[in-house]
Amino acid sequence: MTAIFWKEMADHLGRRRFLLTFLLILFGFLWGMFILFREVQGSGVSTGEFLFLSLFTNSSGVLPPVLFYLGFFGPLVGIALGFDAINSERTQGTLAKLLSQPIHRDAVFNGKFLAGLTTLGIVLTAIVLSIVGMGMFVMGYAPQGEEIIRIVGFSIVTVVYLAFWLAMAMTCSIFFRNAVTSALVSLGLWLMATFLIALLIAPALAELAVPEVSDLTQQVSRESWQLWISRISPSQLFNEAAQILLNPEARFTGVLSAERASQLMRVQATPISAGQSLQLVWPHIVVVFSMVAALIGVSYTKFLREEIRS
Amino acid sequence: MAPLVETSSLTKHYGSIKAVDGLNLKMNPGEVYGFLGPNGSGKSTTILMLLGMTEPTSGTVSVAGHDPTRDPTAVKRQVGYLPEAVGFYPDLTGRRNLLYTAELNGISKSDAEHKVEEVLHMVQLEEAGHRPAGQYSRGMRQRLGLADVLLKEPKLVILDDPTLGLDPAGIQWLLGLIEEMAKQKGIAVFLSSHQLHEVQRICDRVGIMSRGKMVLEGTVSDLTAAQESGGYEVYLEVEKSSKSLIGALSEIKSVKNVNANKTKITISGTEDCRHQVSTIVFEQKVRMLELRTSNRSLEEIYLRYFQEPADGEG
Repeated sequence: MTAIFWKEMADHLGRRRFLLTFLLILFGFLWGMFILFREVQGSGVSTGEFLFLSLFTNSSGVLPPVLFYLGFFGPLVGIALGFDAINSERTQGTLAKLLSQPIHRDAVFNGKFLAGLTTLGIVLTAIVLSIVGMGMFVMGYAPQGEEIIRIVGFSIVTVVYLAFWLAMAMTCSIFFRNAVTSALVSLGLWLMATFLIALLIAPALAELAVPEVSDLTQQVSRESWQLWISRISPSQLFNEAAQILLNPEARFTGVLSAERASQLMRVQATPISAGQSLQLVWPHIVVVFSMVAALIGVSYTKFLREEIRS
Repeated sequence: MAPLVETSSLTKHYGSIKAVDGLNLKMNPGEVYGFLGPNGSGKSTTILMLLGMTEPTSGTVSVAGHDPTRDPTAVKRQVGYLPEAVGFYPDLTGRRNLLYTAELNGISKSDAEHKVEEVLHMVQLEEAGHRPAGQYSRGMRQRLGLADVLLKEPKLVILDDPTLGLDPAGIQWLLGLIEEMAKQKGIAVFLSSHQLHEVQRICDRVGIMSRGKMVLEGTVSDLTAAQESGGYEVYLEVEKSSKSLIGALSEIKSVKNVNANKTKITISGTEDCRHQVSTIVFEQKVRMLELRTSNRSLEEIYLRYFQEPADGEG
């Protein structure tokens, strides 16, 4: 499997896709810089205490936050690394040859998946570190312990989320023999998860579930319906988890009843610890993680039992 | 000597189609076996089962003492397989492609480089080895494929229609290489093809498949002798034919019939009489332009089994 891993790593970082990953890192960096300088200029926009975290969550007015950038474009890299993983080997005629070598078939999938995951990790680390590094340079001080823990936690959650898209694209590459079909299906699913579910499907279904909104209780009920439905989408889960992790003052993930909100109002001002934030989003992480596992399981059952004809 | 490959009543169904139907196959170490048949006669399916890349519906397979269905890795360690349309990573050079295969076979780095040079030399691709495999011609890809298969120093090499799409010179060259490799290294070769003519000369034995069944098996000369219609046909072309020449030819013991069409003479008989024919031609002081056997009966076998309408999958 290590042989496959290194071969795929060389492919990802080699000339074929390097441009894409490099551009993504560059844009991520520039995006972060833009927000950083706007913040320094505007001084007072920032939350002061957690300045490094706000680099990821604050928007500049023109640009949405870096968090949005990662959640939106990150999946595209995952898809780009995975959509032709298996079917390109098939069309090149290398799959039959590869599988006639004394390796287990799952090693082919694992090697490719791990190589893709490592590449995603490298891209993400590069973006995060360059933004934090530039922040240190401009502001003249380093992030503190809490901030570091939160940024690392956020990076890990992002990698898990991107792993979902990698696994999704690789699953498509097993099911669809044509690389173009596979790419289109992956992109379609991405569009559905990032836009359609949150903007169309969830509100529509919520309206069906709670047809009338005449008082606050019904309003809250409809909102929570909408939230729970949109949580089918890993994008929603990622966004919630990332928001909580990067924002020490956020202390809830769901829709609040008026009563509970007023309770929270009183304690809102004090930030909570990184551990408490992590506890809040633990279910989100577990669900995305199991989505990844499920996709890999589906790929395994299909790929391991399939007959490969040249 | 234990057979290298043995199958007993091997069967594979695809839905209601029987791709392979009760196949019994035996192959000895070091043997060159020609596995012939038209497209869709079950050759490729058999090969996939030999490698454990698809499961048989029923029957058993044993390759190099292992069951490929249960222990495919053990089989693949000793068996090289050249798929029908072999491909390489187009961005990598031929050499890098081979190094990758070596790595997958667990050959250490220092050994691998040495071995890659050796096999590249065998298939005469030392120069082209520096170029990306995407630029290779079909013939070069097949040669690189052969090199790829030889890397792991296999006991058995399975070649699925290696001559497909090659020009005649390429076919001759490739078959010569396969023959050489079998003789020098003692590697058994399982050669699947639908081109009887090209392949028969390098095979120790051939088996002919038709609709999933083995319809004929044996050495090429066995098969020839086995045909009732059999016997030999000798084709002779002289500069100038004469009645006395035809008369003398008809008197050869084994000859049954002499058929002359101006200077082109076809002599059919029960055995190869080229030697007598050449003596007669010499005695008659006629200039001989061509003398060859046309091996008619094997062609008949070919036609009988190969020209059936092929259905199902290859």
